[in-house]
Amino acid sequence: MKSAILVFPGINRERDMARALKLVSGQEPAMVWHAETELPAGTDLVVVPGGFSYGDYLRCGAIAARAPVMDAVRAFAARGGLVLGVCNGFQILCESGLLPGVLMRNAGLKFICRDVHIRVERSDTPFTAGYNAGQVIRVPVAHGEGNYEADDETLKRIEGDGRVLYRYCAADGVVDAASNINGAAASIAGLLNEAGNVLGMMPHPENHVETIMGCTDGRGLFAGLVAHLDRAA
Amino acid sequence: MKARVTVTLKNGILDPQGKAIEGALKSLGIEGVASVRQGKVFDIELAGGDKAKAEAALKAAADKLLANTVIENYRVEVVG
Repeated sequence: MKSAILVFPGINRERDMARALKLVSGQEPAMVWHAETELPAGTDLVVVPGGFSYGDYLRCGAIAARAPVMDAVRAFAARGGLVLGVCNGFQILCESGLLPGVLMRNAGLKFICRDVHIRVERSDTPFTAGYNAGQVIRVPVAHGEGNYEADDETLKRIEGDGRVLYRYCAADGVVDAASNINGAAASIAGLLNEAGNVLGMMPHPENHVETIMGCTDGRGLFAGLVAHLDRAA
Repeated sequence: MKARVTVTLKNGILDPQGKAIEGALKSLGIEGVASVRQGKVFDIELAGGDKAKAEAALKAAADKLLANTVIENYRVEVVG
């Protein structure tokens, strides 16, 4: 799997992401600076990592979403290329129009930095192929603006199409208000685009991939992507 | 030429920051505050003197960057 990680000023999770991708896929990802206008030839997966691009100025993800490299990412996605956005990456994908809706300030107004449980809603997508449907995984979150919102019409379409791939839940998989850490609509933690090749998620699977991290639940996401691309090849 | 773009949250969009400010105003004892919604103001200096052109440019700026029209409304004023 040939992956490319976008790097914007203020991003801080790109090395965690590179380490996870290298570990699971065996291939060193390319780091792509925001001013580039092309992605490396043969890229299979573009990752928009977490952090605070441009200091979250204006709105989180807003400035990065207008960077030159995002035109290349939009073209890549339009050709069916796989795009994964994590945390600030999810916010950037929403701002860039690659995903619908918006990530608002957490309902409780606090920055949340801890492990959460999320439920894998389906396993028949490139981004969940490494898990079973209904499986509960434990992954860290670290965000102040992860409260996903969209208009009713959009939410209805998202649910109807089965595009919520990950939902905040309790340890036993129950989705309720108490486990919805940031107040997101329908407890959405990870959202797929209409074409099924772009995923945005708030939790950080890249931070749960090695035993030294205390948990390896995040590996399945990357392993699933590798398996999907191997099958496609 | 000077202009101002005001960006506000659409009705029905939850504004936790506005709510927190509202609570703080109440705890300060400022009376009669029914609700607070937080927004943004951009003061912009424009080169050139064509008002219609300026308004069109500011509208484009608001649509493309200054506002996220999924959740926000904006108002453009050229103040001369």
